[in-house]
Amino acid sequence: MGPRLKLFIPLILFAVLALFLLRGLELDPREMPSALIDRPLPEFTLPSLESDTLVNRDAVIGEVALFNVWATWCVSCRVEHPYLNQLTQQGVPIYGVNYKDEDQDALRWLQELGNPYRLNIVDADGSLGLDLGVYGAPETYLVDAGGVIRYRHVGVVDERVWRDILQPLYQELLEGRVP
Amino acid sequence: MNRYCAAVLLLLSCFVMPAAAVIETYEFSNEELEQRYQHLSAELRCPKCQNQNIADSNAPIAQDLRKRLYQQLEEGASDSEILDYMVARYGEFVLYRPRFSGATAVLWLAPGLLLVAAIGLALLVLRRRKDTGGPADSELSAAEQQRLHSLLDESESGS
Repeated sequence: MGPRLKLFIPLILFAVLALFLLRGLELDPREMPSALIDRPLPEFTLPSLESDTLVNRDAVIGEVALFNVWATWCVSCRVEHPYLNQLTQQGVPIYGVNYKDEDQDALRWLQELGNPYRLNIVDADGSLGLDLGVYGAPETYLVDAGGVIRYRHVGVVDERVWRDILQPLYQELLEGRVP
Repeated sequence: MNRYCAAVLLLLSCFVMPAAAVIETYEFSNEELEQRYQHLSAELRCPKCQNQNIADSNAPIAQDLRKRLYQQLEEGASDSEILDYMVARYGEFVLYRPRFSGATAVLWLAPGLLLVAAIGLALLVLRRRKDTGGPADSELSAAEQQRLHSLLDESESGS
């Protein structure tokens, strides 16, 4: 390497560093892949919110569905709620996991804002949440007909998230083209 | 003087904060479990707050994980069983010292490889300097000597 070219070494180093830093700007450190992707939905036996019966895993699997972890203390859950209502109207099955919440508050919430859920699993002490690797509501899991978790979305599900991420996967699972 | 008192008070108040941050306490059936609890809760990273371990964090999820950790210790689970349990739910991410695997190999090996590369590079540069540089180069050639003399003569006659 000629002495002239050597002069460019700092510039090249800088460019490489800048590229990495630029990439780092776009990465969201909070976005973690779930450890449960392609794993079966955990076993549970918990009360249902709407009736006094217990529900277990077998009662909620069998078709491609969304599992939405929500709570009345969660502000973003209120934001995404109207969109969940809309999804239900489109025929997407949604199960609710009422995470560390008060039953009375949750029932009132559903009465006031509409109930998009097939049924709600009461996870009062967060044990199902822990098994799912939930670290904050809202979280939404896409589960296939065999009860295997295919995707986890952390944060609000809105039209953009549904259209760009969840719907394509949902369609694939419906048509049996497992990725 | 008052100002100094105020400054000292202010400084002291800084030390009060951590004491107020003590979170819930658990009664362990023996000393060893408590030590393992302290150790493990410092090794596990809070998934929500990310830059804190679960021992330091007040986040609800950290509280849940501490509670689960306590229960597991009391149930007689081994350290690796507990870590496996946490990793199965929250991924490698939850460990402050991730295990060696394909995904974490770069993380573990990079510092050593970089050190070796740096030492290699330093040796290479030093050796080359010894080959080309050194005392031989610092002596002036005949032409340079002559020029030096003429410059010195000039400045002497000039002053």
